[in-house]
Formats: sequence, C-alpha cells, structure tokens
Amino acid sequence: MAKSASQSSSQPSFFFRYGPEITGLLALVGATLVFELLVRIGVVNRFVIPPPSDVILAFERVVVEEDILGRTGATAFEMIIAAVASVVVGVPIGAALHRSALWRRAMEDWVGAMAAAPIVLAFPLFLVLFGRSPKTIIVMAFFHGLAPIILKTIEGLSGTRKVLINVGRSLNMTSSQLFWKILFPSALPVIFTGIRLSWTFVLITVVGVEYLINLGGLGQLINELAERYDLPGTYAAIFFVILVSVFFFILLERVELWLRPAR
Amino acid sequence: MAATGEMKAPARRAVAPAIGGAPVTARAVLLVRVVVALAILAVWEGLSRSGLFYGEVIPSLTRIVASLGKLLVDPVFYKNLQVTALETFTSLAIGAALGVVTGIVLGANRFLMRAFEPYVYYLSPTPRIILFPVMIMWFGVGPASKVALGALSAYFAVALSTAAGMRQIDAILIRVGRSFRATGWQMATKIYLPAMRVPILNGIRLGMGTAIITVLLAETKLSNQGLGYMIMQVYTRFDMPGLYAILIVVFAIAGACNALIGKLAREQV
Repeated sequence: MAKSASQSSSQPSFFFRYGPEITGLLALVGATLVFELLVRIGVVNRFVIPPPSDVILAFERVVVEEDILGRTGATAFEMIIAAVASVVVGVPIGAALHRSALWRRAMEDWVGAMAAAPIVLAFPLFLVLFGRSPKTIIVMAFFHGLAPIILKTIEGLSGTRKVLINVGRSLNMTSSQLFWKILFPSALPVIFTGIRLSWTFVLITVVGVEYLINLGGLGQLINELAERYDLPGTYAAIFFVILVSVFFFILLERVELWLRPAR
Repeated sequence: MAATGEMKAPARRAVAPAIGGAPVTARAVLLVRVVVALAILAVWEGLSRSGLFYGEVIPSLTRIVASLGKLLVDPVFYKNLQVTALETFTSLAIGAALGVVTGIVLGANRFLMRAFEPYVYYLSPTPRIILFPVMIMWFGVGPASKVALGALSAYFAVALSTAAGMRQIDAILIRVGRSFRATGWQMATKIYLPAMRVPILNGIRLGMGTAIITVLLAETKLSNQGLGYMIMQVYTRFDMPGLYAILIVVFAIAGACNALIGKLAREQV
C-alpha cells in the first residue's frame, strides 16, 4: 500500500505532464472567446471577421449544402494521381542518377533549382497547355512534387553504409540484387522523407491552383464562398482545409517515424 | 515552411557511385550539361515547328528571345517589378521580424515551446493562398492584402528556423552572457542573434521564397499592378511568347534572390 502510494506520488500529475499543451489549448479557446466578445460588442466589424460561433455553425451548412465530402474527394483524387505519379517517376529517376556519378553531378543542381522554382506561378501556361480541367491541376502538382523525391532518393541511396554494400558484394550479388536487397531497403526512410515533402507540395499546389482557377474541390469551394461574400462559410471552409492539411501532414509524419527504425 | 526547410540544396560532396564507376571530371559534367541543354532547346524548337500544338502554345525560341528583349526594355515591366519587389520585401521584413521574435520566445522557453510551437509547426505547410479572401476583407484589394499574405508566408519559415537555431546555441555562450549579468536585450543582441545568424538567414531564404510566390499568386488573383498582374494580362491576350518571357524573368529573379541569401548564410559560417 505504502509502496503504491510512493509510486503514485513519484508519478507527475496530469497537469504537470501536459501543462504546456493544456495552456496552449486554453490560449486558443481564450482567443476565440475574446474575438466572439469583440465582435458582439462591436469593436470588431462582423462584416470583416464573423463571430466564431457563426463560423462553427456554418460548418454544418458547408458540409450539408456545399457537398464538402464530394469536394474533398475531388481534391483527394487529384492529389493521389499527382502524388503517386511523382513517386513512380521520381524514385526511378533518382535511382538512375545515383547509378551514374557523371549524370548525378551534372543534374543534381538542376533538380535542386527545380525544387525551389515557383512552378505554381506558371498556372496560366499550364491552363493553355492542358485546358481548364483537373488535368492542369494534376500535372502542375506532379511537377511540383517531383524534385524532392528525386533529391531524397539520391541522398538515401548515397547514404547506404559501405559495410552493407561490401557484404552484398562478398555474397556475389548482382547489381540488381544489390539494389533491391541492400541499397533500396537502406534508403527507404530517407526516400519517405522525400515523399512526405513531395506530397506536402502536392497538397499545397492542388488546393492553391483549385482556388486560383476556380475549379475542382476544396480550393474552388473557398473561392465560391468568398465571391458570394458568405463570410462564416468562407472561414469555415478555410478552417476545414487547414484541418485536412494538418491531418495529412501528421499522418505522413507518423508513417515516416514508423519507417525510421528500419534505418 | 517546415516542409521545405528540410530539403537542402544538393551538397557539394565528392561524388562516387555506390556501385563502382570512374571518377568524374568537371569538364565531363559541363559537357553533359551543355548537351542536355541543347537537346532540350532542340526538342522545343522541333515541337514548335511540328504543328502538333495549337497556334502559339509552344512558340519558337527566336520569338521567346525577342519577347524577352522587348520585355527588358519596356518601362511598364520595371514599374510592375518595382511594385512586386516593394510588396515582397515589405512582407519579408514584417514576416521575418515577427518570426525572429516568435522564434526567440519559443526557443528560449520550453514551456512556451511545448504550448505553442506545434501550432506554428503544423500550420506552416498549409496552402497560404487560400487565406487571400480573408486578407482582402481585412486589408482591402490594394497592395496591403498582398503584403499581409506574403508576411504570413514568410513568418512560419523564419519562426521555426529561429526557434530551432535558438535551441542549438552553445550553452557555454549563454552561461558567459549570464555570468556577465547581461540584460534580456543584451542577451538577445550580443549572444542569441549573432549565434543564430545562419539559421535565421536560412529561415529568411525559405521565407523569401514563399513570400515571392505568395505575393505573385495574390497579384494574379486580384490586382491591377505587379508582375503577377502582368502575367494575367499577357495570358488574357494569349501572348504566349510574352508569357514565357515574364515567367523566365520571374524564375530568374526568384532563383537569384534564393542564391544570394543562401550565399550570405554560407559566408557567415
């Protein structure tokens, strides 16, 4: 009994363990309440910032009347095609560049420049090339997501420990066996970091271009609600997209963490 | 942007293939680059002359170069460039200043870091352009809304980079400052900021990249001046050589700014 009491006293209390997180959450709730009050007493114009309670109520309307699930599906479809295509194309290019030191040195800087280039700004060009259709969004997202996967594939394969390669060689493995049994499994965690970066780019591009060209899923929804001057609806849709982005980002991060021990 | 922050520029390391291979000379690398560049240009010109694409979709290289020349001597271009540059640098200044302060506060205090950094971290990779309607409502349709959106874009990259840099400061430097009884301001200006020059400059580099893109995108959506507006003007006129010319210039400017701050960051090491 005494032992259990001493054990429980040595355990930090719930607040002590999660105090900062609870404080952060309370600050968020507090800020929301302050905004509600400021809007209600007229300090903040409700035609600029709607009361947070209106935004919360608008969620239901946006979900029911604006077919948010269907729009999420449209955005997800575009994302999946672009994301899968960037992996299917990016990993082999990265692996091919890794195999040839000459091509790798010649092209790595160019791929790095492509990663930093404001590709999304070329959306009028893609509109002309592919028309005002989901194809434009998918192709742009694909190009935006390609460079991180190529770079991280090269980095991951280059980071394979020499001893592992020597073990493979001592077992008389062929180049193909060496790649599939040693290099690729060893590089997988780093490649997944590239995939996480790439898919984050893909999400940003898909939603951004949907908003800019007023086509597709969630981005178009925000644009339409803003053009109708439906303020609570616009804010609710923006919060929904932010939640989806955060959820997607956390999911990718968890998968990456899960892969990491394999390194 | 946290997401982009992790993707470093390719490191200049000795390149040797994992599975054998001959050593690589700088001349051979240059040769490959020249051959690839010429091949791309030849394919482009071939496609342009093939008639496979409608009208002006892929104009000939000579027409793009002519448009580029025309653009670079056009005073209207420089007027719009000035507007975009002003919006971008104002947004970067505001976003970087707020980001550095936030980064120092979050990096210096573990409690505040645990309380608020997850929000900054997880909000950083969200598509910022969707906040443009909100910025228009708050700041109007003029340059202020573009500056606000650009500042918001730059803020996250700088704040996260500064907070990470703050946590990596050598503890001895901090103890030395405290042993001299330095005030908070002195600690910030004499210890923290000089020790964090590289992470802050890296954050500013990333922040500037996202600020440029966001400001230009906002200009394409709703504006009557700036390079983004110019892009939409040539697109509306279906002046494809003009569109390619502006995009080449914008890509070159973005790349040059990125390289300049990257060089500054490397020089401070």
